[in-house]
Amino acid sequence: MDEMFTLMKPELVLTGIIFLLLFIKLGKGMKNETMLLLVQVLLLLNFIAGFFFNAEGRLFDGMYLTTNMIVLQKNMLSLGVYLISLLFADWFKKSEHMPEFFMLMLSALLGMFFLISSGNLLMFFLALELSTIPVAAMANFELDKKRSSEAAMKMILSSAFSSGILLFGISLIYGATGTISFSELPQHLDGSPLQILALVFLFSAFAFKLSVVPFHLWTADVYEGSPIAVTSFLSVISKGAVAFIFMATLYKVFQPMQAIWYNLVMILSIATMIIGNLFALRQQNIKRFLAFSSIAQVGFILVGISSNAVEGTTSVVYFILVYVFSNLAAFGVAAAIAAKAGRENIDDYKGLYQTNPFLSWVLALALFSLAGIPPTAGFFGKLFLLTAGASKGSYLFIIIAALNMIISLYYYLRVIRSVFMDKNEQPLEKIKIEPSVKLGLMICGAGIILVGLLSWIYDYVQSLS
Amino acid sequence: MNLLVLILLPLLTAVAVLLMRNAKQVKAVALAGAATQLVLSFVLLFGYYKERARGNTAQMLFEQQYNWFPSWHISFHLGVDGISVAMILLTAFVVIAGVLVSWNVTKMTKEFYFLLILLSLGAYGFFISLDLFILFFFLEIAVIPKYLLIGIWGSGKKEYSANKLALMLMGGSALVLVGLLGIYFSNTAHSFDLIQLSKLNIPVQTQMICFPLLFVGFGVFTALFPFHTWVPDGHSSAPTAGSMFLAGISMKLGGYGCLRVATYLMPEGAKEYATIVIVLSVIAILYGAFATMMQKDLKYINAYSSVSHCGFVLLGIGMLTKTSMTGAVMQMVSHGLMTALFFAIIGMIYERTHTRQVSEMGGLLKRMPFIISVLFIVGLCSLGLPGLSGFVAEMTVFMGSWQHPDTFSRVATVLACLSIVVTAVYILRAVAKTAMGPLKEEFETLTDATWNEKLAALILIAGILAIGIAPSWLNDLVSPGSEIIMQKLSIPK
Repeated sequence: MDEMFTLMKPELVLTGIIFLLLFIKLGKGMKNETMLLLVQVLLLLNFIAGFFFNAEGRLFDGMYLTTNMIVLQKNMLSLGVYLISLLFADWFKKSEHMPEFFMLMLSALLGMFFLISSGNLLMFFLALELSTIPVAAMANFELDKKRSSEAAMKMILSSAFSSGILLFGISLIYGATGTISFSELPQHLDGSPLQILALVFLFSAFAFKLSVVPFHLWTADVYEGSPIAVTSFLSVISKGAVAFIFMATLYKVFQPMQAIWYNLVMILSIATMIIGNLFALRQQNIKRFLAFSSIAQVGFILVGISSNAVEGTTSVVYFILVYVFSNLAAFGVAAAIAAKAGRENIDDYKGLYQTNPFLSWVLALALFSLAGIPPTAGFFGKLFLLTAGASKGSYLFIIIAALNMIISLYYYLRVIRSVFMDKNEQPLEKIKIEPSVKLGLMICGAGIILVGLLSWIYDYVQSLS
Repeated sequence: MNLLVLILLPLLTAVAVLLMRNAKQVKAVALAGAATQLVLSFVLLFGYYKERARGNTAQMLFEQQYNWFPSWHISFHLGVDGISVAMILLTAFVVIAGVLVSWNVTKMTKEFYFLLILLSLGAYGFFISLDLFILFFFLEIAVIPKYLLIGIWGSGKKEYSANKLALMLMGGSALVLVGLLGIYFSNTAHSFDLIQLSKLNIPVQTQMICFPLLFVGFGVFTALFPFHTWVPDGHSSAPTAGSMFLAGISMKLGGYGCLRVATYLMPEGAKEYATIVIVLSVIAILYGAFATMMQKDLKYINAYSSVSHCGFVLLGIGMLTKTSMTGAVMQMVSHGLMTALFFAIIGMIYERTHTRQVSEMGGLLKRMPFIISVLFIVGLCSLGLPGLSGFVAEMTVFMGSWQHPDTFSRVATVLACLSIVVTAVYILRAVAKTAMGPLKEEFETLTDATWNEKLAALILIAGILAIGIAPSWLNDLVSPGSEIIMQKLSIPK
């Protein structure tokens, strides 16, 4: 019993918070501002609690397992959620159902915690559903907007579809090997055609969640239609969690079939980078723009995954840490502008630097980090992904990835150009930034600079993987 | 001397600039920082002489090594040899001149100086790093400041030029990255350390793939034909100090990389591809020279002539003799100083006449004797007048190239020599048209250089003369470095 409390501490703390919110909601009588402050404090405590009393071990016959690496991954997700609660304060305060929103978001986070910790395909499936369905409800949160409902509909349909594929893959695996436990599966895998088919199905389900090309079509519409807090949750937290478990599955479970999935990962990575980048080139809406750019980023994550277990895990986890800061900073700035000025188009950002230097610098840092320009952390993140990918020795693959960095630079610079260079007779007025948004942006900015330069962070990740 | 100072000083200056309240303070801090850089570079030079005089024959002096990302075997490894010292001197000269000539920038002064100093930080870091990873890190640090400098403070089609420059340079560095990764995984030590790598022999097969990647990648920075197209646009759109930094420092990063990384680490690749390098550099020299003939805008004239002059750098490297490589480095220093001065003068003229078209000028010597005299000096330096740095550097490259007895190299050398005639034509024509002839009415009221402009010009002229009149110090500084590269080249497979 004691063991269960220490091992499942992250999940239990999170469940506690969800119930607390539920009771507060039932009791009524709390203003949005106070409520938000409370949630922020709780999430901060949740993040801090993640660093103490951790243990490694397995529960329920290996259905649930946790290691220090998994704890780190959960902490990263908690950090991301905390940042979201800070960055989108404008929107939360206006929202009528804020407690519900956080309950949904934390439920999804709980699902992701179980997802990362799952040691069994059944557990994995349940956790994946738990992490998806609340997000669909969140996407629909702007009840008066048609686009929001449309986004939720698209999201739920496509995830139902991918769940179906996943279940089919799981049943094939069970048929082929007679087990669904992650620890027993590798001994039964020998690369027979049926197993390959199962791998492909499983792979497609992951690809759906990660919006890997050609399973990316839902991404842009859902991202654009959803409230911006949901978009950032989807593109940072969800993607991070799925990438973690995807990596673990490939390296631990499908290790015997590495020669087969290596090619799959490589081809999909190239396709994802190119398509994501090409579509991002022409986007006008900043959310859509970030959606496509995040598709391209997933392509880069796949470059890292194509490597060996240790280098691959380290570089991907490190990259996602960087990505949490950079992408949330970009979304945070976009949200601050959208909340106060109601503008979401890149053209509206023209001359932003004249009136809002702070927002402009944070946005520039975030975009440079996403583009992989030193001294931001994104440079190190991308470079280590490429280095990890290059360890397999495919020059062509790495050249394509490196050239894709140039394409992505082009569109990130387009935004920079709007902000810093283009003249505008009527730039956006000076935006008054909420204190919590400012705090969030500053944490992100500090993260973008420090995570790269402090090399012990990378070594710490490496020591765990 | 502790080399970290060379990185920390610009960093502190940049931070201090950001903290300042008004433009006056910003300029004072930036100037103080740049002046300290200059002093430091001299301290480094004399420290270097002292060490050598004491009989320290280590390849790299003042080495320092700190762990950084030990899981990838990356370390913050710094050190200098004569070549790096020469490049650092050049950087310090150009930086202080650049800071001085930008005295009149009124638009976002703080950001302007911040970016200038950041750019110099990248250059210093690049020249002193002995680990390929941090070398690459600093190479890329220097790109974005250029983009912003051109895009915000530039003129003409600045957005286009800024984009073109950033994308081409980043494209170049992408190739460099792939080349570096190739080297990294080809050696059993899995190391990015330059010194360690130079002792290992990189497999010939890897050299055949990675040498072109690295050489072309770095070559983009130094206007390797046909990747030179960012040069004219970038330089002509940039603000004065931006052009000076671009041509004076940034293009030299590429030359230094071609020599130190590509050629030094991969001698077999260098020998194999020498022919192509020579052909491309001769094309750049001639094409650049002839293209300059057709230009009417002073900035374009200097930009295209930079393509031509940087061709000599690549020619010197491609010829693979000790003298030619020494010449290449000397040409980098000489051209850096000269072209920075040229752009500074063009900026001064433009600020007064508000035109850069040669045809619209005339008789300016009467109104601004100082500026136009400097224009004469720099023009003569560009066309290779003995006594100025351009002659010394180009002559060394030619002498080095002539050491090859085969017809191909001879023909290449002769063709490259021909460009000097063309240079003389365009330089003399442009300078004469600007300086002499009748003075236009609207130019009657123009004033001569102010104190800061004079100081900037004099500092750069001092450098040009120091090389031109007494070239041996530079030669002695650089040639041990090229000697080591030569030794590595002469080892049979």
